[in-house]
Amino acid sequence: MIESSTKTGPVSVQAPVPAQSAHSPNGASRTHPILATRQVSFWYGRLMALEDVTLTIPRNQVTAIIGPSGCGKSTYLRLFNRMNELVRGTRVEGEVLYRGQNIFARNVDPVEVRRQIGMVFQKPNPFPKSIYQNIAYGPKVNGYKGDMDELVERSLRQAALWDEVKDDLKRSALALSGGQQQRLCIARAIAVAPDVILMDEPCSALDPIATTKIEDLIRELREKYTIVIVTHNMQQAARISDKTAYFLNNSNGAGELIEFDETQKVFTNPADERTEAYITGRFG
Amino acid sequence: MPVGGQRHEYTKNLDLAQDRLIILANLVERSVRDCIEAVRTRDMDLARQVIANDDEIDTQELAIQEHCIELIAMQAPMAADLRQIISVLLIAAELERIGDYAEGIAKIGLQMGQEPPLKPLIDIPRMAEISTGMLHTAMLSFTERDVERAFAVRQKDDEIDDLYQQVLRELLSYMIEDPASIRRATYLIWIAHTLERIADRSVNIAERAHYFVTGVQGGLKGP
Repeated sequence: MIESSTKTGPVSVQAPVPAQSAHSPNGASRTHPILATRQVSFWYGRLMALEDVTLTIPRNQVTAIIGPSGCGKSTYLRLFNRMNELVRGTRVEGEVLYRGQNIFARNVDPVEVRRQIGMVFQKPNPFPKSIYQNIAYGPKVNGYKGDMDELVERSLRQAALWDEVKDDLKRSALALSGGQQQRLCIARAIAVAPDVILMDEPCSALDPIATTKIEDLIRELREKYTIVIVTHNMQQAARISDKTAYFLNNSNGAGELIEFDETQKVFTNPADERTEAYITGRFG
Repeated sequence: MPVGGQRHEYTKNLDLAQDRLIILANLVERSVRDCIEAVRTRDMDLARQVIANDDEIDTQELAIQEHCIELIAMQAPMAADLRQIISVLLIAAELERIGDYAEGIAKIGLQMGQEPPLKPLIDIPRMAEISTGMLHTAMLSFTERDVERAFAVRQKDDEIDDLYQQVLRELLSYMIEDPASIRRATYLIWIAHTLERIADRSVNIAERAHYFVTGVQGGLKGP
């Protein structure tokens, strides 16, 4: 059992890369799965929110997490960058592995974890600063020594926002539309060169056109990043993800992984009748 | 399939799609029986009735298509629901084609009505009986979600193929013996061939039923 409040000095979370392992373009080891949980249970105080979740997230794919409200899917997502421990009294059991290393180990710095594993939230949350500064902030804090203009442009291009904002990068980020703000947040996450991007219902505050743009972007981003997305929108999960995990509360009230498979399989022929009931809209 | 207390209207519409398919299947099955009866008994009125009924079959098939398209567009069905609607759509198309075959046999029956019979019909009514039985069983495999019945339909198809070859051989020998019989023998070959096609379409329906139940495409195909 590991208390999430345990913190020690900052140590890089980068896992040692075995001598003969293959490498992905962003230098990740192929020996270990990029993200995995092994028998993870999680508590908010005395309330068990997740129970015994074992799952391996595939590299460079989009994994969607679906399930009814309160089934622990956001809690599960937030395990991967230790966001949950910002809430007092939380407790985690089991292992949350990033490239084979338990990110809840005593010598791991959560800040470093969050640099490797970025997050995009439900509501766009740009800093009340210029578009440029929103992108440049993270790399600057991380001591980025390269060409910042080039990095800002590259990040905005990757987030499919460059053409819309290139003429006035000094404009306040808050002046952008909701959809643009969300793409800016994705560009901001990309700018610090993470391995993984976690997305917690990134389109729920957006209109259908902005949603389509973000969905297209997610499909493109998986070429370079591993993406895990929590969504209430099952059509969205079906459209954009490669793998789908279905969570549901068990008899203890805690979220449990019911099914994890190819998205196409889950949405046309799920193995578990509880998944079937949920995705056909007869439950949840 | 677990059905909770939700989406009543949607579930009702899913059931309605299947009910409409059953009505269409009954119409088609009757057309197949009637067209062979018309040929066997030289009943021209019955043959004309089968031809007239095909319009109703086409109308029903279109109505099923519209119903399914609306369900897909408005309700975004998933999993078993999706497989059910897709199966209904595809089976309706198979039934419509079988209806056309029955109409074709009825038209041949009208033409045959002008000529003296070549021989007493034995194997062709037998083929008709088996292929109608296959159609009936294939539909049951779908409505009862019964994979065993779907496999039974697949097995029956070999019997139809053997009978068809037998009819072909026999009619060829008639034609060789007496070239004056070629026209009448050709009518019968057309009918036998059409019945063989009806059996094939029934296997397709069984294939859709198997897919609906198991989610596996092409699961009826043998080694």
